[in-house]
Amino acid sequence: MTAETKELTKKEAFLNYLLRLADDRLILGQRMSEWCGHGPQLEEDLAMANMALDLIGHATTLYEYAAEIEDEGHDEDYFAYFRDDRDFTNLQLCELPKGDFGFTIARQFLFSAFSYFQYERLKEAKDEQFAGMINKHLKEIKYHLRHSREWVLRLGDGTEESHNRIQESFDELWMYTDELFYMDEVDDLMIKEGMGVDSSEFKKEWKKLVEETLSEATLTVPDWDQFMMSGSRNGIHTEHLGHMLAQMQFLRRSHPDAEWK
Amino acid sequence: MSTIQLHTEQQIWDFLREVTDPEIPVLNIVEMGIARKVEVDKAGKVLVKITPTYSGCPAMNAIEKLVNEKLEERGVEEFKVKLDFAETWTTDWMTEEAKAKLKDYGIAPPEKTEEEGDFLKSLSSTKVIPCPFCESFETKLVSKFGSTACKSQYFCDNCDQPFEHFKCI
Repeated sequence: MTAETKELTKKEAFLNYLLRLADDRLILGQRMSEWCGHGPQLEEDLAMANMALDLIGHATTLYEYAAEIEDEGHDEDYFAYFRDDRDFTNLQLCELPKGDFGFTIARQFLFSAFSYFQYERLKEAKDEQFAGMINKHLKEIKYHLRHSREWVLRLGDGTEESHNRIQESFDELWMYTDELFYMDEVDDLMIKEGMGVDSSEFKKEWKKLVEETLSEATLTVPDWDQFMMSGSRNGIHTEHLGHMLAQMQFLRRSHPDAEWK
Repeated sequence: MSTIQLHTEQQIWDFLREVTDPEIPVLNIVEMGIARKVEVDKAGKVLVKITPTYSGCPAMNAIEKLVNEKLEERGVEEFKVKLDFAETWTTDWMTEEAKAKLKDYGIAPPEKTEEEGDFLKSLSSTKVIPCPFCESFETKLVSKFGSTACKSQYFCDNCDQPFEHFKCI
């Protein structure tokens, strides 16, 4: 977004910051919504549709605000439907295919725990509307964290099959966890303005919650010192995002002016 | 009726009370705590601020539209309906009357929110929700998520009825 020679402005940083938060939630919400009608049981089907709805709702409000900050006549749909994979700045963790129920739960737990600590700090942001949105999302994130954490315990400490499958899911997800704590000049400027969060401040707490939960679920905590993926905040993604966007954006791009009547 | 009639804030609140929640038709948006603020300036221009219950609540667009239609229908000429996030909606904003109506409608109303203390330690705590039909405390949580974002599912072991609980947030 920024040219090397140009210094990042506050407006650009805030826009980037909002888009990063929104992209995480849109992409994860879209993945979660793929469970609609395919849940392992009716209650979980509803739960996942509910969480998808929350996440897409969070993305919508953040995109709307981003459009207002950007002030170039865009709206929330522009950000969701008319940007390409390299423009998306969501975490790679969020774009991975939904996998089995265990994989979806493991991912949701890691992300919800991260969001919880991040939002607990972000709710003090020096912008009334932004802080208001964060406070609203936070209530729902706590719900997601509670729900996914309980399932991690149930699956990990369940049957041999469920234990092995969720263990494999965590093993597979691990190399995507370092990115959660990536920070660059966007974060630095936002922190300086009293609008951002230093994620290194809560990395320990996040790790502790993850390790304690996995251990309570009789699972093995994978190696933190393994190879870790990077690049998503600057538009570098796995092969999966492009395919997902093709499906998600197709209709809107084919009929850009269509309206619900 | 005169076409240049000025409306008082009280009148606007009364109009808003005629707008019901599309998903819970027994409650109006004032009782729900969705309509937050009404301002009428000297020129008679009306500003209504509404706030969503849940970020992804699909009823919100419908509510915004209904408010617009209602104010037009009631002859309010110049008005603006603004979605406001500065305050965070809580079930504590629902009036006692609204909670009683919810119960009569068959939805267990939300209790008063409590200080969470250590949220992470209380992750698995669940409260006892009395059955809205038979008042029994012999109920169990079936799922934290229900048919809409604002509800969870319960089952009453006393009267053998499933029921919904309006989540307490």
